[in-house]
Amino acid sequence: MIIENSSTILSVEGLRASINGTEILKGIDLTVKSGEIHAIMGLNGSGKSTLAKVLAGHSAYEVTAGAVQFEGKNLLELPPEERARAGLFLAFQYPIEIPGVANTQFLRLAYNTVQAQRGKEELDPLEFDDFVREKMKLLEMRPDFLDRSVNEGFSGGEKKRNEILQMALLEPKLSILDETDSGLDIDALKIVANGVNRITNKDNATILVTHYQRLLDYIVPDFVHVMQAGRIVMTGGKELALELETRGYDWITANKQQVAGVTA
Amino acid sequence: MSAVLQSLVNQPYKHGFVTDIESDIAPKGLNEDIIRLISAKKDEPEWLLSFRLKAYEKWLTMTAPEWQNVHYAKIDFQDISYYSAPKPKKKLASMDEVDPELLRTFEKLGAAMHERAALAGVAVDVIFDSVSVATTYKQKLAEVGIIFCSISEAVHTHPELVQKYLGTVVPVGDNYFAALNSAVFTDGSFCFIPKGVKCPMDLSTYFRINTEGSGQFERTLIIAEEGASVSYLEGCTAPRFDTNQLHAAVVELIALDNADIKYSTVQNWYAGDEKGVGGIYNFVTKRGLAKGVNSRISWTQVETGSAITWKYPSCILRGDNSVGEFYSVAVTNNYQQADTGTKMIHIGKNTRSTIVSKGISAGHSNSSYRGLVRIAPTAEGARNYSQCDSMLIGDQCGAHTFPYIQVHNNSATVEHEASTSKIGEDQLFYFSQRGIGAEEAVSMIINGFCKDVFQQLPMEFAVEATKLLSFKLEGSVG
Ligand SMILES: Nc1ncnc2c1ncn2[C@@H]1O[C@H](COP(=O)(O)OP(=O)(O)OP(=O)(O)O)[C@@H](O)[C@H]1O
Ligand SMILES: [Mg+2]
Repeated sequence: MIIENSSTILSVEGLRASINGTEILKGIDLTVKSGEIHAIMGLNGSGKSTLAKVLAGHSAYEVTAGAVQFEGKNLLELPPEERARAGLFLAFQYPIEIPGVANTQFLRLAYNTVQAQRGKEELDPLEFDDFVREKMKLLEMRPDFLDRSVNEGFSGGEKKRNEILQMALLEPKLSILDETDSGLDIDALKIVANGVNRITNKDNATILVTHYQRLLDYIVPDFVHVMQAGRIVMTGGKELALELETRGYDWITANKQQVAGVTA
Repeated sequence: MSAVLQSLVNQPYKHGFVTDIESDIAPKGLNEDIIRLISAKKDEPEWLLSFRLKAYEKWLTMTAPEWQNVHYAKIDFQDISYYSAPKPKKKLASMDEVDPELLRTFEKLGAAMHERAALAGVAVDVIFDSVSVATTYKQKLAEVGIIFCSISEAVHTHPELVQKYLGTVVPVGDNYFAALNSAVFTDGSFCFIPKGVKCPMDLSTYFRINTEGSGQFERTLIIAEEGASVSYLEGCTAPRFDTNQLHAAVVELIALDNADIKYSTVQNWYAGDEKGVGGIYNFVTKRGLAKGVNSRISWTQVETGSAITWKYPSCILRGDNSVGEFYSVAVTNNYQQADTGTKMIHIGKNTRSTIVSKGISAGHSNSSYRGLVRIAPTAEGARNYSQCDSMLIGDQCGAHTFPYIQVHNNSATVEHEASTSKIGEDQLFYFSQRGIGAEEAVSMIINGFCKDVFQQLPMEFAVEATKLLSFKLEGSVG
């Protein structure tokens, strides 16, 4: 929801970043305020995941220009774990498998780390077990995912659900969901979307990276941005996604200079 | 990646102090006179002196092995002192009589290991340089007929047992370092569990090399009679010297019918500095003979120290239905080299063996698993399962697996699985995106990787091993 005079959670100005000397992000401007849901769309390879990873602090990318403020702090000078503890969450497009580490152990350590940062109570294994099982119910996840190794052998859809489970546990200030909908069946999509809707409120914000209008039927964005070759080339309201669905990205290229009429 | 990875491994060695105790040191060098001197100092019977001299003669005809995947400058055996004992060397009845300076040493070791063991009611024998300084709980054990003392004491109090079993599992001429040990061993532990007795507590030996330029050649002999069982723990540290020190031990285990011996080691000898200077050469022969039917020998080792480790705790499965196990975690960092593994020799019918080896390499280190599984023609229905996993931290290190499988009986089943994994940048990024820093992430991954082995360790030692590993790998991730 767009809220009058709400505080800015994330502000990105002129962000440029490269990997192995190849520039991928070529000047990104983006402002996200609390309560808002932003969708980022765009062709394969346009730099959406790169933006997400650069914001989360992946060390393979070099930021060459621009500034990023997160809750008033200079995000770019924080190491990735501190960004996470400050409330920035990334649901990975391709969640990583960690053989040998039990999911429950991993989830509890992540949860307690963030709790400690917030000066809140940490949970012992038994308390955490009750707590996490409740959260799993919301996502209709079977409890046996707790004992398995983190993401190891999970199906594509199960991995995505495990990401949203982490989001539900960590209660981030800003969640970036990178194609969380890809690979989900229709039922799972509803369950996950429901989960996300329960977590979002007027004090946090969400960035959804997606290729499909379908997700946006369930999680209705306040803004839709279109990325192309490392830039945001168009920003609009939720109807922009519908427009893209019927007209495709060629239409954007033709109308690059116009920005669909939405006032933030 | 190497930035985080690197800082994680490069922690200073915390047991690297020297204790200021006067030692009685033999002149450097090896010859018959030195052997006679050692034997005389220990007031040994004639048969033991001839055992030593026979070994020395064998040794003279042998050359140091070169097949292993480790590299080091030739050892000058004439530049080593073969006997070093803390002075004064009087008989000690309890820990209270031990030189306070020596006790402080063990305190400083942080020897969580040794202290906790004592607290947990584990009987401890402490070997300092070459001499056994204290054996606790001796009395309590004696009540059930268990003999647990230093081997030099056993030579005097139970000569018939020592003479009967010494050198029967590892013959004097078995290999170069075993021959050397047989010639010059100065002390070690002796443990005898009589028929039908389940040892009521874990037995433990704590080894420490303190004197520069001295070698440690301890000799351990453990016998479990029919139906007896024992769990034995061994821990080791050494101060840091720029010179390399030699540790060439021999351990012999003998299990009679239905007996069970579990031998666990946490080895943290000084590994040399981050440039590879100094550190212990750990050339050890450990072998168990599962002699009786249904007997079991189980080796568990956590090897984190030493500049070079060369060690293959083995099982000879002679008794029908006997069982051999080998669970190993070997961690190498900086310029450490480890060539370790096991031998499972199946002779009896329906003998079974399990090998679980986890190698972790960081820095510029190299770690090799070398394992032999031999199924003799007599070993009807024998089974072996081997699993060898390697984990690499960073991209300067190496891991190698050399399995040797010799099957001479068609009814046998031999399975071998191997894997190599790497702690990758993306895994660490995933952890960090959830607020978990690199050190904790690595420790979590490593503990997961080693779980199957740690489960085999007694509780306190598992905790210790976990800590040791995190400590060891601290700073190796970047
Ligand atoms: N190491 C690298 N070297 C060079 N180019 C790279 C490297 N890593 C990624 N890229 C390129 O960066 C571009 C942006 O990739 P990114 O993953 O951000 O795209 P995306 O918008 O998320 O695409 P998709 O919709 O397929 O997920 C791609 O063209 C990709 O090939
Ligand atoms: Mg992507």
